[in-house]
Amino acid sequence: MQSTNVANQPNYLEYRGKYKGLLGWIFSTDHKRIGLLYLYSMLIMFSIGALLGLAMKFELLAPGKTIMDAQLYNATFTVHGVIMIFMIVIPGLPAVFGNLLLPIMIGAKDVAFPKLNLLSWWFYVAGVFLVLSALIFGQGMPDTGWTFYAPYSFKTGTNMLPAIFGAFVLGFSSILTGLNFLVTIHRLRCPGLKWTKLPLFVWTLYGTAWIQLLATPVVGITLVLVAMERMFGVGVFDPALGGDPVLYQHLFWIYSHPAVYVMILPAMGAISEIIPTFSQKHIFGYKAIIASTMAIAFVGYLVWGHHMFTAGMSGTAQYYFSLLTFIVAIPSAIKVFNWISTMYKGSINLQTPFYWAVSFIFVFMIGGLSGLVLGALATNIYVHDTAFVVAHFHYIVFGGTGFAFFAAMHYWFPKIFGRMYDTAWANTGWLVFFIGFLTLYSPMFYLGMMGMPRRYYDYLEEFHGGNILSTFGSWILATGLIIIITNLVRSARNGPKAEANPWHGKTLEWTVPSPPPLENFDEIPEIGEHDGPYNYK
Amino acid sequence: MENSSHTVVHDHYDAEASKIGMWLFIFTELLLFGMLFVIYSVYRFMNPEAFHLAAEELDTFIGAVNTIILLVSSMTIAMSTTAIQKGNKRFTLLLLVITVILGIVFLVNKYFEWKVKFDHGIFPGSEMLTQTLSQGEILFFGLYFIMTGLHALHIVIGIVFIAVVMQKVAKRKIHAQRSALLDNAGLYWHLVDIIWIFLFPLFYLLT
Repeated sequence: MQSTNVANQPNYLEYRGKYKGLLGWIFSTDHKRIGLLYLYSMLIMFSIGALLGLAMKFELLAPGKTIMDAQLYNATFTVHGVIMIFMIVIPGLPAVFGNLLLPIMIGAKDVAFPKLNLLSWWFYVAGVFLVLSALIFGQGMPDTGWTFYAPYSFKTGTNMLPAIFGAFVLGFSSILTGLNFLVTIHRLRCPGLKWTKLPLFVWTLYGTAWIQLLATPVVGITLVLVAMERMFGVGVFDPALGGDPVLYQHLFWIYSHPAVYVMILPAMGAISEIIPTFSQKHIFGYKAIIASTMAIAFVGYLVWGHHMFTAGMSGTAQYYFSLLTFIVAIPSAIKVFNWISTMYKGSINLQTPFYWAVSFIFVFMIGGLSGLVLGALATNIYVHDTAFVVAHFHYIVFGGTGFAFFAAMHYWFPKIFGRMYDTAWANTGWLVFFIGFLTLYSPMFYLGMMGMPRRYYDYLEEFHGGNILSTFGSWILATGLIIIITNLVRSARNGPKAEANPWHGKTLEWTVPSPPPLENFDEIPEIGEHDGPYNYK
Repeated sequence: MENSSHTVVHDHYDAEASKIGMWLFIFTELLLFGMLFVIYSVYRFMNPEAFHLAAEELDTFIGAVNTIILLVSSMTIAMSTTAIQKGNKRFTLLLLVITVILGIVFLVNKYFEWKVKFDHGIFPGSEMLTQTLSQGEILFFGLYFIMTGLHALHIVIGIVFIAVVMQKVAKRKIHAQRSALLDNAGLYWHLVDIIWIFLFPLFYLLT
């Protein structure tokens, strides 16, 4: 299992099929090429989303109007949210690293339905263009926030329909990817690869796929109903016609809270791969991590009400949702415990992916614990809809998923592109990004506690200091991003050739050449009785 | 597509995988309609009187006829999956044609049913609906049009699906040893059928 094959096939980056050039990519059913298609599409969308974020922070540099008025600010945070949530963090790790690595990690030649996989990417692109069209055509950009709350989402005069349909189509893409991965993991594991020998990244993709499959249809039908409400006035969410807007919030969060776990589970999976590799030690509590993954996927389903504590809900429901929110924190804490214990007495190799992984644990813990402040009823009422909430979910979504994404990028980069990046620049980029991140979001905890509401382009004079610090942080963070991305792009073209297994990992993707050959393996590997994904000497 | 020359990858046929995939997809469809049923239950609970009055407006006869049509069509497509196993291509095609025709008859009935409602001024956002009827009745008809409309859309998709399958059966790309796609079309058609089995009593019979 551990020997490195020399492949008799061209690698996937150089392979010439029926089509040449760009067509050879956008019509390719190869899972690795599709993964890269997702990566490049997301890089473009992420740049747009990040620029919108920077614009918002610039607006908040001083009280009153700095560069935009209230309406434009509303549109900016809406589009920033829609892009970042629906196009980056929800599909993020599964679509990019799941596609690139899942079949190799389970010893398969491709996913179960390669054509469906390509179709998912096409749906993704269609959804992206639908949302973007909302910005260009019609009267005004969407201004409801990414949550499309009723009744405003069908009362506002701005161009909501393309954005709503775009989110629907993106959801469809997500469902198909989840379905594909589930069948792949069930059917295409190589001989000897039992469920208890699956790499943890595969396990988290498995849990994620179930959530994608079971939660996304709910938001699908909800978005269709909002569109119907807008076009025909069916009345389901319109209080003037007997409908209930709070019902919209329930249906929306039944999906959108589990979607938070779609974002974070694969991130946790990537971290569970990186930490043992750079500690050269078996992961601590392999089965506990699997159990906690499935527990998060299951309990994460039942906590949606904690987004609506102030929206009108019975006291009993509030207690249950609060209690369940506290329960869902336990499996996350188990994972943190396991990661730390894996490092204990390991032979730690301080490389860029490891820096990203430990900083992930740091920001994830702050994000998670501040989540408990919001999950507790009394404090929730106090900080609801303040900058505290914004700080919390950026610590989880950007800090958690974003840091894990960059960790995974730096970990699997040599495998994906067959080239090594410049470590000194990568470490510099990480440090600048990390400092920028803390400077940008930490003041928002304080501002929220002091009572600064979210989603306003203006604020009182007493919040000025914190906001200056935060805006300053956004510039540091942007500098870090530029260093990281420039370094990776340059290295992908001109970096020194990478070995098959530069980090001495034990999972299957490190047994094939870098970059992997077209069909991954010359012969489907077999896993022996004593082999395992984390069996280090 | 690109590497179709690579027979190794694309001759890979796994009927079990296709069926698992289809069942998972059906799961998502059930959740899609399931949420609509939840919304229906909530509003029925809140407006029992109005839902009772509005339901009397619907034509139970056409509803019953359509139920029988769909049940028969489910039987014919189930028979076609057996016919293909026995290698009887002509009979398979005949049964699929009957299924498609029954699906189209269902849609025609639905069209006339909707048309009568529209002629009476009952459609979402209409003056008649918003001015003269109570809020509960507005909700009933709103849900009626959305749920039966979405169901009709699924019938259309099902018909296209079966048409594609028919073409493949005719070209012998689907045969006794390789029938997963036909089986999946059958599963999908049964799903559409079973959703109607729930829609019919909820809108027509529960008065």
